[in-house]
Amino acid sequence: MSAQEVLGAGGLIAGYGEMQILHGVGVRLSAGEIVTVIGPNGSGKSTLLKTLVGLIRPSAGRILLSGQEITATSTRDRLRAGLGYVPQVRNVFATMTVEENLRMGLFALPGAVRERQEAVREILPTLNDYWSARAGKLSGGQQQIVALGRALMASPKVLLLDEPSAGLSPKATDEVFRHIRAISDRQGAAVLLVEQNAHKALAISDRCYVLAEGRNRLDGDAASIAGNPEVGRIYLGAGDGSQKA
Amino acid sequence: MVAYLVAILIFAMIYGFVALGLNIQWGLTGLINLGQVAFFAIGAYAFALATHAGMPLLAALVLATLVSGAFGGAVALFTPRLREDYLAIVTLGFSEFIRLIFLNEKWLAGGPDGIAAIPRPPTIPGLDTETSFLVVSAALVGLAFWFSQRLARFPIGRTLRAIREDETVVASVGKPTLAYKSQAFILGAALAGIGGAFFASYLTYISPDMFGPNVSIYVLAAVLLGTQGSSLGTLAGTAVVAALLEGTRLLKDYITIVDGVQLAALRLMALGLALMVIVVIRYRTTRSP
Repeated sequence: MSAQEVLGAGGLIAGYGEMQILHGVGVRLSAGEIVTVIGPNGSGKSTLLKTLVGLIRPSAGRILLSGQEITATSTRDRLRAGLGYVPQVRNVFATMTVEENLRMGLFALPGAVRERQEAVREILPTLNDYWSARAGKLSGGQQQIVALGRALMASPKVLLLDEPSAGLSPKATDEVFRHIRAISDRQGAAVLLVEQNAHKALAISDRCYVLAEGRNRLDGDAASIAGNPEVGRIYLGAGDGSQKA
Repeated sequence: MVAYLVAILIFAMIYGFVALGLNIQWGLTGLINLGQVAFFAIGAYAFALATHAGMPLLAALVLATLVSGAFGGAVALFTPRLREDYLAIVTLGFSEFIRLIFLNEKWLAGGPDGIAAIPRPPTIPGLDTETSFLVVSAALVGLAFWFSQRLARFPIGRTLRAIREDETVVASVGKPTLAYKSQAFILGAALAGIGGAFFASYLTYISPDMFGPNVSIYVLAAVLLGTQGSSLGTLAGTAVVAALLEGTRLLKDYITIVDGVQLAALRLMALGLALMVIVVIRYRTTRSP
């Protein structure tokens, strides 16, 4: 593990019950970088994030956060240790206000709510526009910003984002990606981003992993992956052929 | 006529406990329990057996509540990661399992003969026994209603609602969703147990055939009639179902073209039809995928 590496996972084997999805996947993140994971449907991207945050227990492999092994710890302990996680779509507490949603972000790590909310509003100033609104009444893009804000409340070292552009218009997608870049720049959090919208995700990323059928297929800097013809073949060979990479 | 209305109201109170319990499980948390009658039966039998063993009524009521809650906890323990449709099947099976135990294990609870001579609470001075029972049961339903309202407004209630909407979101902030779901199941089962104790005490006799799956369906119908998660709506729904089930018995005096047996079948058909219409109309837009 290098000095600045904040998250390291290797040999992860995990899935749902008898169905194994990940067959030895590994990822590494350094402080402050944005890393995107792309791959066809069913390649294990979301499962990887759920395994990293502890919603799925791996049957093999290790996960280290800032050098500390967290493989067997609970989700709550991982959030306390510095992981933040934003699940895919419908990821806000719909009946709560935006303010209450952000408050929920400190459940695992109780702290000074007001101070943290102020800090998050500085990073994501657009939250001020709908601060008292019910989260369920907001647009998809606004809900995604709320979910990002909630994850930021505990000042995570690593933010795991599961398809933040899912179901969003191109304009809202641009807005969300702009905020993700701001989170990385201003909060200094490393971001591991799972995305189907590969072009836009790679445009804000430093590095990229390509998964296929639950295994690492390629990795490298974002620009080289974006221009790699093999990425297109992986999608066309194992996915539905509709991806943009 | 007044006595009959009082009886309907008492049944509404008894099923009110059971429905309020189901409202915590399904209405608030989204756990589909098609076997709520199991906890109703366990409460009834626990109360009957405890009073026969010489336990004071209040202590027997507490015991019935705890035993039902404990069985609810056991079901929650063995079904922690079940998807809601599978949970529905398991709970339905569990209710039949419990009924068959009471039916076949004569040493435990009298088998098909059931248990008789179950005591009623002392009559409130100045009231007849029926009205007195109604007042006592209404007071406790009021308490259960207050508890349900508080639960829904407290942070735990908001978390349960969030679990109903999407469990992953709740888990993503580090909340132990399995523990919350278990608590909801236990509370719902305990409330059904209180209903069972009142049922046993009111009728003074219980037998396994009183605890068939139709009871779970009636209670589900009551909860469906109200707004999902609303305790007041649940109680109103219970009153409507009790009126439909019991009040329609009066129709035999006015409808003479069918005999009593046919009318009994028609009443259940009417309830089934009402349930279908309610679900189709009420949940057509709000529960779309």
